[in-house]
Amino acid sequence: MIYQDSKTLLDVQGLRATVNGIEILKGIDLTIRSGEVHAIMGTNGSGKSTFAKVLAGHNAYQVTGGSVTFEGNNLFDLEPEERARAGVFLAFQYPIEIPGVANSHFLRLAYNTVQAQRGREELDPLEFEDFVREKMKLLEMNPDFLDRGVNEGFSGGEKKRNEILQMALLEPRLAILDETDSGLDIDALRIVTSGVNHLASKDNAIVLVTHYQRLLNYIVPDYVHVMESGRIIKTGGKELALDLEMRGYDWVGAERRAAAGA
Amino acid sequence: MSAVLQNLVNQPYKHGFVTKIESDVAPRGLSEDTIRLISAKKNEPAWLLEFRLKAYQQWLKMEEPKWPNVKYPQIDFQAISYYSAPKPKQKLSSMDEVDPELLRTFEKLGVPMHERAALAGVAVDVIFDSVSVATTYKQKLAEVGITFCSISEAVQMHPDLVKQYLGTVVPVGDNYYAALNSAVFTDGTFCFLPKGVKCPMDLSTYFRINTEESGQFERTLIIAEEGATVSYLEGCTAPKFDTNQLHAAVVELVALDNADIKYSTVQNWYAGDENGLGGIYNFVTKRGLAKGVNSRISWTQVETGSAITWKYPSCVLQGDNSVGEFYSVAVTNHYQQADTGTKMVHIGKNTRSTIVSKGISAGHSNNSYRGLVKIAPTAAGARNYSQCDSMLIGDQCAANTFPYIQVRNHSAKVEHEASTSKIGEDQLFYFAQRGIGNEEAVSMIINGFCKDVFQQLPMEFAVEATKLLGFKLEGSVG
Repeated sequence: MIYQDSKTLLDVQGLRATVNGIEILKGIDLTIRSGEVHAIMGTNGSGKSTFAKVLAGHNAYQVTGGSVTFEGNNLFDLEPEERARAGVFLAFQYPIEIPGVANSHFLRLAYNTVQAQRGREELDPLEFEDFVREKMKLLEMNPDFLDRGVNEGFSGGEKKRNEILQMALLEPRLAILDETDSGLDIDALRIVTSGVNHLASKDNAIVLVTHYQRLLNYIVPDYVHVMESGRIIKTGGKELALDLEMRGYDWVGAERRAAAGA
Repeated sequence: MSAVLQNLVNQPYKHGFVTKIESDVAPRGLSEDTIRLISAKKNEPAWLLEFRLKAYQQWLKMEEPKWPNVKYPQIDFQAISYYSAPKPKQKLSSMDEVDPELLRTFEKLGVPMHERAALAGVAVDVIFDSVSVATTYKQKLAEVGITFCSISEAVQMHPDLVKQYLGTVVPVGDNYYAALNSAVFTDGTFCFLPKGVKCPMDLSTYFRINTEESGQFERTLIIAEEGATVSYLEGCTAPKFDTNQLHAAVVELVALDNADIKYSTVQNWYAGDENGLGGIYNFVTKRGLAKGVNSRISWTQVETGSAITWKYPSCVLQGDNSVGEFYSVAVTNHYQQADTGTKMVHIGKNTRSTIVSKGISAGHSNNSYRGLVKIAPTAAGARNYSQCDSMLIGDQCAANTFPYIQVRNHSAKVEHEASTSKIGEDQLFYFAQRGIGNEEAVSMIINGFCKDVFQQLPMEFAVEATKLLGFKLEGSVG
């Protein structure tokens, strides 16, 4: 939701990044204020997921130009784990399996790390168990998932729920959800998105990276951005997503090229 | 491999210091004279000298094994000193009389004997180079009829028992290094549990090679009579030298009817530096004979040290319904080489064995699992389950699995599972994105991978092993 006088959380100016020497991001400008929900849409290969990973600090990508500030500080001064502790959260498109590491152990360590950073109380395993079970209810998750390996043998939908569970635990300032809707059936989509809506507040912001308008029926964005070839080529309100759903992506690029030619 | 991972694995060896104590070192070289010297120094009975000489004669005819998947320069057996003992000022009657320098060494190793013995309730038979210098809890164990002492002492005090069992599980000519050990072994541990005795505490020995270029040839013999049970812990660290040191131990376990022996090892000998210079050659023969019905022999090992490890703790399941277990974590880094595994030889009916092996390779190291499951025609209803998992850290290391399965009884059931995984950038990134740094992430991933084995370790050993893996692999992932 757009609030009056809300603070700028993330400010991206002219961001460029490469992977293996190939430029993927070619100058992204984007400003996100707290309380807002942004959707980033675009075709495969337009750079949406790369943008998400660059913000989170994946070391396969090299930032070659531009600047990003997060709550006024240079984001690139921070290591990936420091960004996470500062409140940048990425829900993975393909959550990673960590065999043998109990989910409860992993969740508690992540939770306590972030709590410590914020000068808040850490929880011992018993306290955490009660705490996390409450959060799991929000996502209609079976407590059995605490005892399994992190994402080990989880179905696609279970992995995505586990991602949003982590978001619920870590209470990020900026949550980037990378194709969280992919691979979800209607029921799972409803549960996951209601979890996200529950977590949205005027103090945080959410970025939805998605192909499909479908997700945006559940989480209503304030802004919709269209990416093509590593740039944001169009920004609009939630109705832009409906346009895209009906007309596809091609017209956006054509419109832009026409404007550039005129 | 990223710099972060590299740093994690490349933490310097923490136990690399030399204790300055006058050593009584035999001249270098191996001959019948050397063996006679060792035997005379130890005041041994004639039968033991014969045992040694017989082994030596066999050894002369044998060839160094070439089949392990390890490479090292030819060992010059004439360049090794076969006997080294700290010079005792006088006979020690209490811990207070132990050389303070020696005690400080153990403290550096994190083994304060008084505290460890008293607080942890662990009896520690400390082997310093080749001679036992202190034995605690001996009295307490003696009260329940358990003999726990150095093998030299056992030779003097219980010669009949030693004579009855020595070399019965690992014959003198079993293999090249076992023959060498049988010829020149200087000390080790002896443990005898009479019928029906359950050992009231975990028994523990800390080994430590101290004199440069003194090969250490320990000999351990554990006997559990009918219905006896014991858990034995062996922890090893060694100081740092640039020349390779040979360590060729032999461990023999005998379990009679319904007896249960659990043998746990955490081995962290000096592995050589990051360029592969120095380190211990650990060529060890460990074997347990589950001789009686319903007996059980269980090996758990965490092998993180040594330049080269060549070790196959094995079980000969002779008694009907006997059980053999092997739980192993082998970690190699830099230029370390490990060829380790087990042999499960099923002879009795309904014998069962379990093998769980976890190999972790980092740096330029080479880590092989080699295991034999052999079902004899007599072993009706025998069962084996083997699981061999490898984890790679970085892209310069190697992992191999060599399972040998020989089944000669059609009612036997043998299962083998294997997997290979890699600690990837993506796993580390996932942890980092949740606020968890690389070091902690690697430690968690590794401990998760090894969980099935660590669960088998006694509590305090499990804690130690977890920490050990942590600093062993620091800097190797990223």
